[in-house]
Amino acid sequence: MQKRLVLDQQQIDITLKRFCYQLIENHDDFENTVFLGLQPRGTLLLDKIVALLQEISGVTVPSGYLDATFHRDDFRRRDFPLKANETKIDFLVEGKKVVLIDDVLYKGRSVRAAMDAMIAFGRPQKVELMVLVDRRLTRDYPILPDYYGVTVNTLDSQYVVVEWVAQGNPADAIWITEKVTS
Amino acid sequence: MSQLSTRHLLGIKELSEADIRLVLETATNFKEVINRPIKKVPSLRDITIANIFFENSTRTRLSFELAEKRLSADVVNFSSSNSSVNKGETLVDTVNNILAMKVDMVVMRHASPGAPHFLSKNVPANVINAGDGTHEHPTQALLDAFSMQEKLGDLTGKKIAIIGDILHSRVALSNIFCLQKLGAEVRVCGPVTLIPKYIESLGVKVEMDLHKILAWCDVANVLRIQLERQQIKYFPSLREYSLYYGINKKMLDSLKKEIVVMHPGPINRGVELSSDAADSAHSIILDQVENGVAVRMAVLYLLAGAKG
Repeated sequence: MQKRLVLDQQQIDITLKRFCYQLIENHDDFENTVFLGLQPRGTLLLDKIVALLQEISGVTVPSGYLDATFHRDDFRRRDFPLKANETKIDFLVEGKKVVLIDDVLYKGRSVRAAMDAMIAFGRPQKVELMVLVDRRLTRDYPILPDYYGVTVNTLDSQYVVVEWVAQGNPADAIWITEKVTS
Repeated sequence: MSQLSTRHLLGIKELSEADIRLVLETATNFKEVINRPIKKVPSLRDITIANIFFENSTRTRLSFELAEKRLSADVVNFSSSNSSVNKGETLVDTVNNILAMKVDMVVMRHASPGAPHFLSKNVPANVINAGDGTHEHPTQALLDAFSMQEKLGDLTGKKIAIIGDILHSRVALSNIFCLQKLGAEVRVCGPVTLIPKYIESLGVKVEMDLHKILAWCDVANVLRIQLERQQIKYFPSLREYSLYYGINKKMLDSLKKEIVVMHPGPINRGVELSSDAADSAHSIILDQVENGVAVRMAVLYLLAGAKG
């Protein structure tokens, strides 16, 4: 199977630091800001950003995990329903600046569903989107990230795989692979 | 796995352990949803559900209706008291007429055991059994298991007592199937006349002494005396029944351990359960009602989501 490295451990570390400084620039002291990591894989990036931001600026931004399974637009269009993940948000987003965090932006459908799910927790003042990888040319919905690590041109026949050490991988890395057709 | 092995929920007997665990896991997600400021998700927005109740119901019907509305389904309600059933229409004709109005799922309660099974073979919609006579009440068993699990963790090896009118209870049978599939040990307790003759063939031990079973169990699921289903007298008086099988707070406090008290409702206060016991810290009766909505949302979501 063909496999192409997009970002290695060192490049990801630099990208995450850049994200933190961009967030500091835009959100100042984070007084009115909250972070939401999109289940299942955006939560890993969220945890890293929260820890790194704490290290750099000493600020702990309120954060939560958001699952949008029940808000997806492909329910009953799949062979079986998707299994939901935990939503863990112990604050309201009413009047807050929300940063939605996910690993890969592909069709934009998950982000649309996530915004729908987020509104169950109040009406935010502003919503921003942070992704590690922006897959251009494959978008179904008019959604663009405010913060992105890298932009890649990919086909539908390809996967973008984000590997984290926390998941048992030897190093953090982002790969493009071909989907296996049987 | 995120799919049930069946497209109808007719009884717990037909479900596998994996099916039950999937419903309980999904219900955990829905419990979080119904505690949000906005308690609604759009999953079933293109689905129409008919709640067809040929028998009286308050809790189950309200709980199903709320679950359906929280999932954004369109809901139509039907009860036999003001319908064409009284004019001689058959069950299949009644339901097919409702389905002709493009209904996707049917939630049915019926006095005849097996009515939902019959219906599922004759109509194209998903059928959910909301209680069929003295046979099964699967969603009640699922919400009971969910409530127990929430309180005690995994039910493997847990000791569950079902106390009261076992003979006429569909809740008892569904509970026995469900709890055994989850690895719990189930015993029943009640007057000998209200214990089904062959209950031990289900692997359930019978205990006649209320004090002994309370000392044995982790959970006491207390059932109502179903006078409406009793054609003959099974015990001399409610007063005598209450004397031998009624649970009160003093009894619970005298136990050397904490046990959980449950009741599927409606409670006959002062008969099977005294008010001080029903309202005590041992009781999770109102949690059961809340969990009922989450469990029914899970069942509807999983059945509606399966293709074909």
